[in-house]
Amino acid sequence: MTNIGVIISMVFIFGGLLAIMIYSLRGKDIDRRIIFLFVFISVATSVIFNVEFKEYPTVIVKKVFDKIESLPPGSKVLISFDFDPAMKPEVFPMANAFVRHCLVKGHKIYLMTIWATGQALMNETVETVIKEEFPDAVYGEDYVTLGFKAGGVGVLNVIITDFRKMYPTDEHGTSLDSIPLFAEVKSAKDLDLVLPIGGGQPGPKEWILFIGDPGDVPIAPGLAAVVAPLIYPYYPKQAIGLLGGVKGAAEYESLLRQVYPQFQDVPAPALRMMGPQTMAHIVIMAFIVIGNITYFRSRRRGAE
Amino acid sequence: METFGIWLAALLTIGIISFLYKDNVLYKACESIFVGISAGYWFITYYWDNLYRKFYLGVTDMDNPHRFFLWIAFALGVMMLTRLIGKIGWLSRWPLAFIVGATAGLYMMTYFVSNAFVQVGATIKLPPDFGSVGSYISFGMIALGTFSGLVYFFFSKEHKGVFGGTAKLGIWFLMVTFGASFGYTVMSRMSLMLGRLDFLFGEWLGMIN
Repeated sequence: MTNIGVIISMVFIFGGLLAIMIYSLRGKDIDRRIIFLFVFISVATSVIFNVEFKEYPTVIVKKVFDKIESLPPGSKVLISFDFDPAMKPEVFPMANAFVRHCLVKGHKIYLMTIWATGQALMNETVETVIKEEFPDAVYGEDYVTLGFKAGGVGVLNVIITDFRKMYPTDEHGTSLDSIPLFAEVKSAKDLDLVLPIGGGQPGPKEWILFIGDPGDVPIAPGLAAVVAPLIYPYYPKQAIGLLGGVKGAAEYESLLRQVYPQFQDVPAPALRMMGPQTMAHIVIMAFIVIGNITYFRSRRRGAE
Repeated sequence: METFGIWLAALLTIGIISFLYKDNVLYKACESIFVGISAGYWFITYYWDNLYRKFYLGVTDMDNPHRFFLWIAFALGVMMLTRLIGKIGWLSRWPLAFIVGATAGLYMMTYFVSNAFVQVGATIKLPPDFGSVGSYISFGMIALGTFSGLVYFFFSKEHKGVFGGTAKLGIWFLMVTFGASFGYTVMSRMSLMLGRLDFLFGEWLGMIN
């Protein structure tokens, strides 16, 4: 089915692009809606036929994976869900992959968010990943959810000195003093790794500025693609590695499947999205090429 | 109920996407619903998190020695609302000034340390794996890109000769950076579209396993 899908998609894409190129070379304008429709159909066919490609992990993603692998079991890892439903398709797979990886390695995970919209998504991970795939994980001993606190960077500025000042209780109103996971944790400096996931402000950049640098805590952000280029300068000193957009998430899912075969059958939404992503990029690059050819051709005609 | 929710979400998604064809009533309705729900969501979230948990529970906690400070924050919050009342609207500038001042204070040193000192240090120092062919190329590119990029933004000398050539090289580095940003932005926007298509073809139409 996938092979048939690839063939149908390719025939459609290259046939359509050729038709558009001939049309534009005749000097006729192409309505922008035709371009929208073309991108939509080429992506939709890839989604319906489940077009998939193999992912090869890059060094920058592998470093995040290796860091979680190298931490001794029982290490304290904080995952922050700093995103909203609009960012969900590209960063939610990262969050779920991080949670799976940490729990299978026996790390203790602390879940929180500084985005109000992150709370529901964090709970979705708890319900669909932790409770379903790791039924033996005990709340308070293996994982804890701190929930949302308003204040943005103010929250980070406080938890770098004392968690309890900002979070006297967890998400369910239980005092942090009675939660075993917080017995040895006073501030964010006591964490072994922080994995902030997001793409807005406050987000991963603020975690680097307010927690990673002052607290000397290793940070490995998972980023919405639109902000990834802004965070690259922090690698490798201030961010030990990073996951950029759905591509980074797909690479991480691929690594997780390679190293832990038990995850072969769990959903890998980022890997599934890379097929349509590739098709979309081919189409957009083709339109850029067609646009340039048409432009230079019309300029040459004008000169003649 | 779940089926109703899926149908509603599907129709709203189609309504928003219909803007790509042209502006229309369905799009306007969906946009208004989105804005209204967002505003309501944020209002409720901040009401419970700030006004109830932080303020109300804070001031009624007699063991909290700092509870009187919360009244200052409350007063600043009320002053912000005076913007809605013409004659005393100028009062809203005080809480705004407080926010701007506090944010500037919070960010100033952090930015100096993380975005200036540490970044400059990391650029100058040799990477830990220096010695391999890849690291020579990588370090050379960073050095050349940083230097030529800085030369491009140096406007006190005319961009001519060797100086002009270096500035031109700086533009090339900047263009490659912008190109990478554009590529990532395309990927980000496509991911949003894919998320919705995945929902439409999967949860709504049941065409994907």
